[in-house]
Amino acid sequence: MEARDVRFSYGGGAPAVRGISLRIADGSMTAIIGANGSGKSTLIRLLTGLLAPQSGAVQLEGKLLGQWEPRARARRIAYVPQTMLLAFPFPAIDVVLSGRTPHVGSFRLESAADRVKALEALDTVGAAHLAERYVTALSGGERQMVMLARALAQEPRLLLLDEPSAALDLKHRAALIRTLVRLRAERGLSVVMVTHDLQLTSTAFDRILALRCGEIAAEGAPAEVLERERLIEIYGDPGVQALRVGSQTVVWTEL
Amino acid sequence: MKRRRIALPANIGPRLAVAMALLTLLLGIALAIGLMAGSQRVQLSELFRDPFSRALFFRLRLPRVTMALLTGASLAVAGAALQALFRNPLAEPYTLGVSGGGALGASIAIALGWSAQLAGIPLLFVASFAGALVSVALVRAMARSGMFVIQGALLLSGVVVNLVCSAAVLTIQYVVEPNSALQILRWILGSLDVIGFATVWRMAVLLAPAWLAILALSRQLHLLAIDQDTAATLGVNVRRCETAVHLLCSLMVGVTVAAGGSIGFVGLIVPHAVRLMFGEDLRIVLPGSLLLGGAFLVLADAVARTALPSGELPVGAITGLMGGPAFLWLLRRRQQYAVL
Repeated sequence: MEARDVRFSYGGGAPAVRGISLRIADGSMTAIIGANGSGKSTLIRLLTGLLAPQSGAVQLEGKLLGQWEPRARARRIAYVPQTMLLAFPFPAIDVVLSGRTPHVGSFRLESAADRVKALEALDTVGAAHLAERYVTALSGGERQMVMLARALAQEPRLLLLDEPSAALDLKHRAALIRTLVRLRAERGLSVVMVTHDLQLTSTAFDRILALRCGEIAAEGAPAEVLERERLIEIYGDPGVQALRVGSQTVVWTEL
Repeated sequence: MKRRRIALPANIGPRLAVAMALLTLLLGIALAIGLMAGSQRVQLSELFRDPFSRALFFRLRLPRVTMALLTGASLAVAGAALQALFRNPLAEPYTLGVSGGGALGASIAIALGWSAQLAGIPLLFVASFAGALVSVALVRAMARSGMFVIQGALLLSGVVVNLVCSAAVLTIQYVVEPNSALQILRWILGSLDVIGFATVWRMAVLLAPAWLAILALSRQLHLLAIDQDTAATLGVNVRRCETAVHLLCSLMVGVTVAAGGSIGFVGLIVPHAVRLMFGEDLRIVLPGSLLLGGAFLVLADAVARTALPSGELPVGAITGLMGGPAFLWLLRRRQQYAVL
């Protein structure tokens, strides 16, 4: 996937994304970081095709995103939103099963094989025990796991995640990253993830894209971006500290 | 990969088959009751030898029951579709002001004496459809903020649109001649009183294609009921689906309101009853609502015809008395999810 000089503003207001260009290589793991309101979620929505750029272009396999047949696009790209407001008490397995839609023919119903794949996706994220639970009765973290399982059931080549670890506890956050790393190794899955968890980005991701006011403030390997001076520039907080410990970078802010 | 063995609910295919079989049976029973019940009870054996029974059955009872079936099915399936589209279990033609808009359109047509037909379709139907379309567009515009529909604003807008439409209908009633005012009053109360098949055929010609079209959108609506973004990334063209559902629901509600008046809460009670019986999947809820909606209104009309020793109750009163408490129960249940 490639984005070239992409711009977007909501309702004619100040641009949320100002001329961003990026390329996502097959099997890569890219983290998008930045302060609140820096344009991270807008950028990822542009990459999913949920928003259309007002100028510039997003291409998938050399073809403009908007020109893809929606179901064919859905077989390649899956998206895990930040939150999902659920109005109806669907069983978790039904939500995960919806991820099989792009693989099921028009006017056909999901097969038993699709249900097995949905269950495998739930098992992959360690949430098989939630299959029969109503999603409206799940905690925020459990819902995140169900949404991730739904995206995996899509069997995409590119997975776009908007702060998926925000509601997860320590154990499930680690499990999420291990799963993504394993899927990259097994299926060549590419991952783009918006996150505020800088420590997490320092270990598992190949590349970090840091946004500030809708523009790329820094880009490169975690060790290059997660430096004190750069982080101060990205977040605008002089109290930011970064310490390299082995292969990880520990980031905190002095109060 | 090691997979844990857990018991799962039955696959969608068998669930759909069981639901359709049971609800078709229920509809058959409801039709039998509806055709027999009334101040004059009809015996099938008398149809062959008694001209009065035959006239009663074919000129009054059968058209009325068919109209109840068409109206109930349309209102219920429209309710199920609107609930999915707006991701709000309390949405239905009545609470979203669609019925109110349709009634206002019909009232204007009566007040202006529009009795002509447009390509065989009464202008009354067209006016009611236009009123319903304007209402749903207005409610949606009021409740929409950027990409999101504000759920509380949706219902409040619906209530306000309904109130404004009711006030406008009342105003029209006061300024038109008594004959037209009486006709408009019929719309407000909701009645399925019909003689012969002329109106029923015209309704069927418009409603049946709308049913098929809305059923064809079952999968898209199922995905939209889960989450709008999820649906969009799974290949649903959300804008196109929204426009289609608005048009189809306005058509269904407009036609039924023009023919039978504003009958409330069918679109609320029926889809939730189907959900309670067969689960949340819209691919079951939509066709299930079509069948149960028809059965429900046929039975409600039978009750309306037989509840009083002389005369009959408006069917809208029966559905309102059942639907109001159902709405409050759902509102209470929904507060537990805290997403209103």
